[in-house]
Amino acid sequence: MTAEKPRGIRAHLPLFYPALMLAIFFILPFGIMVAISFSQRQPGGFYIPVFDIGNYKNLYTALFARVLGFSLFIAGLSAALCVLIGFPFTYFIACMKRRAQVAWLVFLMSVLSLSEVIIGFTWSLLLSRTAGLSNLLVFFGLMEQPVSWSPGFAALLLGICYLAFPYTVLVLYPPLSRLDPALPEAARTLGSSPIRTFFTVVVGSLRNAIVTAFVLVFVFTLGAYLLPQILGRPQHWTLSVLITDQAIYQSNLPLSAAMAIFFMMVSLMLVVLLMIIGKAKRIETI
Amino acid sequence: MNKTSRNIFLGLVIFILISPLVIVSGVSLNAKKRLFFPPEGLSLRWYVELLSERDWLIPVQNSLTVAVSSSLIALSIALPLAYFLWRYRVFYARVLFTLGISPFILPPVITALGFLSFWATVGLYGNILATIISHSIFFVTLPLVTISLGFESIDHEIVEAAETMGANSRMVFRSVVFPMVRPYMISGYAFAFVLSLNEYIVAYMVAGFTVETLPIKIFNSLRYGYTPVMAAVTVVFVLMAAVVFGLIGWFGDLPKLLGALNPDEK
Repeated sequence: MTAEKPRGIRAHLPLFYPALMLAIFFILPFGIMVAISFSQRQPGGFYIPVFDIGNYKNLYTALFARVLGFSLFIAGLSAALCVLIGFPFTYFIACMKRRAQVAWLVFLMSVLSLSEVIIGFTWSLLLSRTAGLSNLLVFFGLMEQPVSWSPGFAALLLGICYLAFPYTVLVLYPPLSRLDPALPEAARTLGSSPIRTFFTVVVGSLRNAIVTAFVLVFVFTLGAYLLPQILGRPQHWTLSVLITDQAIYQSNLPLSAAMAIFFMMVSLMLVVLLMIIGKAKRIETI
Repeated sequence: MNKTSRNIFLGLVIFILISPLVIVSGVSLNAKKRLFFPPEGLSLRWYVELLSERDWLIPVQNSLTVAVSSSLIALSIALPLAYFLWRYRVFYARVLFTLGISPFILPPVITALGFLSFWATVGLYGNILATIISHSIFFVTLPLVTISLGFESIDHEIVEAAETMGANSRMVFRSVVFPMVRPYMISGYAFAFVLSLNEYIVAYMVAGFTVETLPIKIFNSLRYGYTPVMAAVTVVFVLMAAVVFGLIGWFGDLPKLLGALNPDEK
């Protein structure tokens, strides 16, 4: 059935409705957003459609650069942490018996589906003075009195890692579960220690998958929007917060559209760049 | 790595993953309107409030309406597209597929702002229809990926057998293809449903506070002070997700379903 070419309108019939829906409700909104980013803002939240690159020029401010830099920094840091912990974790899960695997996956999917609001709320609770972990430490006599650890940079980093960790595992799961178990076994029979086997055979043969996972998790964490507001201080707000703030509270849709498009360009460029680095590394090792 | 250190590592990760959930379930049982852990006195009054107070009941209704209908629309877009792509591997169908999975790859704020621009231009900003359709496009990735996976798992010999026995393409679809793809449709729907229930930024950007879904309601109450009802909602959400994915894991092939979530990786 695969080599067949669709002929005539009848054969294309199933494609009409999905194409129409995606064109109207996905491509068109993007087009409108691009158009708005070039239009001029009028007082009172309106804008007139002209071709004006003023919004893009207005992006070039110290605040925007700092927020963009911080967003990329915290996304990169949390993605690195997630992959660092997630890789051995996923390896252990992929080595388990099927039943145990399913149980772990159900648990991870449940955590993954949690809303950012809920994660922010639970962590702010966990790091709070009245109901948090510090009470536990006081109880065990490790601390004098309960303290509040949120908001702050560490709380935010923790929250973002919690948000992204199940996603990281699910991204790493396919390549790790497809890894031929004969490979590590062979290394073990030849006298390599388990840790050495893990680093040389498992990590070595999946280097590409690790880069892909890092990129996907990086983009995923770039989207964090509520956590910076709940667990961070205003200096920890990310570009997602700034874009929404401009669009909703400052009613400056043209500027926020310009920001969003610039943001998209930057993240796409980084993804391409990281992919190229990943490819280059693979060629080197071969 | 020996077994002990492996178990310590796994135990630590599960401890960190589960501890917020433990604290929240504890807090949701507080008898007084304070967030204390361990809870002071036990009561289920916050669960009752969630299902009886108008303040919370309307967001519950909104969230369910949006999740049920948007995942249905997402499914209706994904099924014919995945079917077409399975029958004919032509490039324009591939382009549509890529388009369908791109909302999941971009930072959500960008897609959300696109939706905002669109609905404001069309004049439906703040209408529940805008939330429903935006969510159905935003989450079309999930049924699209799972259903494509379902089509790929069909053995071509079975289809050929049906054709040699004289079935036309409609009959083949109805009696052979569709029943085999159905479990993948159900899990795609379930994924989209659970994620739609939990989605914040798109729902907020296309409707502000006029269509208040549960995540929006929780964030708003977070600003004006905490209430244990929020903890009760969290517990309900976690349980709901666990039940849905547990059922998929029980009846379906969860490892396979997730093992190929990234079809590009081999």
